[in-house]
Amino acid sequence: MYGCPIVAEVAVEQAQTPRAGPASVLTATGVTRRYGEGDTAVTALDDVSVQIERDRLTAVMGPSGSGKSTLMHILAGLDTPTEGSVTIEGIEITTLSDNDLTKLRRDHIGFVFQFFNLLPMLTAEENMTLPLSIAGRSPDPDWMKTVIDETGLRDRLTHRPSELSGGQQQRVAVARALLSRPTVLFADEPTGNLDSAASEEVLKLLRRAVDTADQTVVMVTHDAHAAAIADRILFLSDGRLVRDLPAASEDQIIEAMKTLGG
Amino acid sequence: MLKVAVKGLATRRLRAVLTALAIVLGVALVAGTYVLTDSLHADLGSVYQTIYKNTAASITGRNAIDTGANAANGGSVPTFSQSLLARVRRLPGVAQAEGGVSGTAQLVLGGKTVSFGSSPTLGYSVDPSAPQLSSLKLISGHWPAATEMVVDSNTASKKHLKVGQLVGVQADGPVLHLTISGIVKFGSASSLGGTTLTGFTLATAQRLFQKPGQLDSINVAAKSGTSPQQLVNEIKPILPRDAQVRTGAQQAQTDTNSLDSSLGFLNTLLLAFAGIALFVGAFVIANSLSITIAQRTREFATLRTLGASRRQVLRSVLAESLIVGVLASIVGLVVGIFLAKGLFALFNAVGLSLPNSGTVLRTRTIIVALLVGIIVTMLASLRPALRATRVDPIAAVREGSTLPPGRFARFRTPGSAVVILLGFLAIVLGLFVAHGTGPVLALMGAGAILVFIGLSLLSARFVPGMALWIGWPATVVAGAVGRLARDNAMRNPQRTASTASALMIGLALVTLVSIMAAGIISNFKGAVNAQFGGDYAVVADNNFSPIPISAGEAAARAPGVIAVGDVRGDEDKVFGSTDDLTAVSPGVAQTITVKWVHGSQRTFAALGSTGAIVPKSFASKHNLTAGSPVTILTPTGGRATFRVRGIFNPPNGNSPFGSVTISAARFDQLYRQPQNIFSIVKMRGGETAANRAALRRALSGFPGAKVQTRSQFINGQISGLSSVLNILYVLLGLSIIISLFGIVNTLVLSVFERTREIGMLRAIGTSRRQIRRMIRHESVITALIGSVLGIVLGIAFGALLSARVSQITFTIPVGKLIVFLIASWIVGLIAAIFPARRASRLSPLQALAYE
Repeated sequence: MYGCPIVAEVAVEQAQTPRAGPASVLTATGVTRRYGEGDTAVTALDDVSVQIERDRLTAVMGPSGSGKSTLMHILAGLDTPTEGSVTIEGIEITTLSDNDLTKLRRDHIGFVFQFFNLLPMLTAEENMTLPLSIAGRSPDPDWMKTVIDETGLRDRLTHRPSELSGGQQQRVAVARALLSRPTVLFADEPTGNLDSAASEEVLKLLRRAVDTADQTVVMVTHDAHAAAIADRILFLSDGRLVRDLPAASEDQIIEAMKTLGG
Repeated sequence: MLKVAVKGLATRRLRAVLTALAIVLGVALVAGTYVLTDSLHADLGSVYQTIYKNTAASITGRNAIDTGANAANGGSVPTFSQSLLARVRRLPGVAQAEGGVSGTAQLVLGGKTVSFGSSPTLGYSVDPSAPQLSSLKLISGHWPAATEMVVDSNTASKKHLKVGQLVGVQADGPVLHLTISGIVKFGSASSLGGTTLTGFTLATAQRLFQKPGQLDSINVAAKSGTSPQQLVNEIKPILPRDAQVRTGAQQAQTDTNSLDSSLGFLNTLLLAFAGIALFVGAFVIANSLSITIAQRTREFATLRTLGASRRQVLRSVLAESLIVGVLASIVGLVVGIFLAKGLFALFNAVGLSLPNSGTVLRTRTIIVALLVGIIVTMLASLRPALRATRVDPIAAVREGSTLPPGRFARFRTPGSAVVILLGFLAIVLGLFVAHGTGPVLALMGAGAILVFIGLSLLSARFVPGMALWIGWPATVVAGAVGRLARDNAMRNPQRTASTASALMIGLALVTLVSIMAAGIISNFKGAVNAQFGGDYAVVADNNFSPIPISAGEAAARAPGVIAVGDVRGDEDKVFGSTDDLTAVSPGVAQTITVKWVHGSQRTFAALGSTGAIVPKSFASKHNLTAGSPVTILTPTGGRATFRVRGIFNPPNGNSPFGSVTISAARFDQLYRQPQNIFSIVKMRGGETAANRAALRRALSGFPGAKVQTRSQFINGQISGLSSVLNILYVLLGLSIIISLFGIVNTLVLSVFERTREIGMLRAIGTSRRQIRRMIRHESVITALIGSVLGIVLGIAFGALLSARVSQITFTIPVGKLIVFLIASWIVGLIAAIFPARRASRLSPLQALAYE
């Protein structure tokens, strides 16, 4: 229903480099984010530099107030750093105008939110295709079919969010993010509002997206179980990047968290 | 709890202000109305007091019938013989006595009459030896001699008239050429609106107004030691039967009273519109409060878990609206004072000039405005406040809990349908059963209110359906965001319905007015087309003033004229009530065609001195048949009996004649100052440029008269109606502005409620422009739903009214309705500006923010 193409507002910027480019798709250099001025200033991120590798699932962990959400907002272009630079596929995003950022989101970024954030008046399918509809594009039918099958929502397509369980709603949200094949998919506490069974489904889905569809995923979580599916785990504490672990088990992650005092 | 209410308001300042705006406007209209009419009263009242300041006694003609005519312009108040003046002057208590005549006199400059809109053009005689007794006050120059005149300063400056200049003046006779000797003003008024004032010597004025040897009034100054009452007692014995005497104070009071009755009507009319605006305002407030209260479910639940009783929650909500009501009413009062000035400007703009020299704010105005504003706010907040009390404490801990449905939610659809039916029943009763203006208006008003309330409740049922097709163009134009806009409008049908209903009220009334106007106009056109048997009409330049009989005679001398039918008019008293009497010259037989029940066209020419024609409705009311006697009483006390010779049936009550029509010859004997209302001319060859030019040439001595074709005549006669219509549209426009604020309110509240959703849309690639578009389309869809409902309702009201009133032929003014729809679309666009901007400024981070 939402596949109707709209008049493209601005020609879509095609700055994408080929998929087989360098290993790092997203680079943050010396990123600092301060809120407020003078004595009351709070430093949420303090000189963080990080490279996110292509086709991998990177988890960002840390206790509350560690700056992990701020980092994700800045990496995704939702927030602007006080200092430092962020590039996605070589595009410097910290200086982009609001319109260019909107285009960047359409082309390069997908989101999965903790509270699903589906539109209540749209069906599951309409919710999935919403970003494409807004951009005035149509979904690739083969890819659409694959995503629907992967998320197991085929018999739920005409349901509205209120008729879906939390896990199903989050799978719709994942499908929505995957459909536009974003350069990076950001997931913000994707299991934070789900029971363990539903969490498991969503985590598997994200993992499969990386393994079978070469999707780059950045997941912010404070759940060690969720972080255990990652290829790499970044730990933040007091606004600094303190550890950078390769894939680890849940126990190892919990141990690592303890050393941070989280 | 009061503290909670105050703090709550302070944090929701924007929402409080938006809610209050509706009340501010309504109160402003109430206050503005009172200020306007009070100022007019004070202004004109003081004018009359000043005029009669030096007049101890005033002698005027005695009107045999109660015409309620304005004594200031002479009207049809009868004159009396000038010989009385000499006798009055000889009385021992009289210091000075000034005899005067007055009437309508038009300045003629360059062959054209001077007038400002439809403002009056008044002419007076002045006695240079007793200027203190005159209504006119000299500003510069000197009082006029025989071939001179004075003119008011306003007209002089607008038309660049100077002392020493030669100008033309025409009243009831031929044009006189006079030199301006001085500039004057009327009493103490700085301005009488666009009124033109002229002053002449008594002899010149008598020539102008064709009142030779006659006077309209004698103003008398008493010798010191003689009280006004003593003076009146002295004068009384020497008065002829057709004159009366009052003290100056009484005369001023009489003039002020006649003024007050017309101001009273204006006051009532404006207050009715203020009432409509407040009613719409109440809708807006009730809706805004419902939304805010739904959004604050959590807050109320928290208060309840902290131990607040239901009563305390209720009190806190009502306290909030009390504060809003008080503040809004105070602001509204202040705005109202400015609005009064705006209304002055409005009336001036449409040509109904009002004098304006100061603003009067009475205590009554303050009290009424504040009380009305506060009470309306409190009433509107009652239902939402009661709903707030039904919030369960558990809602405090539940994610996304909503307000429990009202206790009567189940009965909503049947209930609102019953309310609508009751409303229509009341309207039908008012129209077809009730008698007397009071009950009719009360029933219709109450009925309309019930229909509006019922429909606002019921319309939630068809909002989704309407949004689906009204929103269709948005989905085509704006694609995905258009669809989202439509879905948003359908999402909370009651909210959309309530918001749209405020606009519905304004549009229903605007539609009704336009249907009435179209009905009256089409009816009038039909009637003129059926009855206008000539080629041209000769009417006054302003379309309604009487014109000299000699104009008709001059027209008859034009080459090619076959017949001229003159229609004269004045007032009479017949069967106990004051009514319009007309008279026809024989030429009417060939120029005005009526449908005869009894008699024929030839009857017009065969009335003689005792024949009369009456319309069918008058005949049946008084059981008149051919030969029945009809006795009339003229303003000068003349009595005459006529026999019914003809009965005619005017189409839909649109008659060119009064209740009794006699021959012009007899009329000229009965009335002292016979004048034509219009003449219809039939010419060889019909409507041709040559004929028109010939008529114009024949009438060149009458600059106050003009020649019109049939369609020009129709338009000219309707032009007065369009002034009235424009005022009604502007006044109803205020209600529409209030409903615009209602849409702004709802949108701002919805945007606030959907903060996270809008943030998500931004995060998944929606541009700011698209967000603005989405809100704009939602706004337009809401506005159009309101206007479609309003127009349908207005058509229904219009159909009912036309079924009752024969002068209105039910006509749907399609063009006007399309204009209204476009206007509503613009209202939607304007209403969306601010909310759309707020929505587009929301950061995508909002979607990720935790509760």
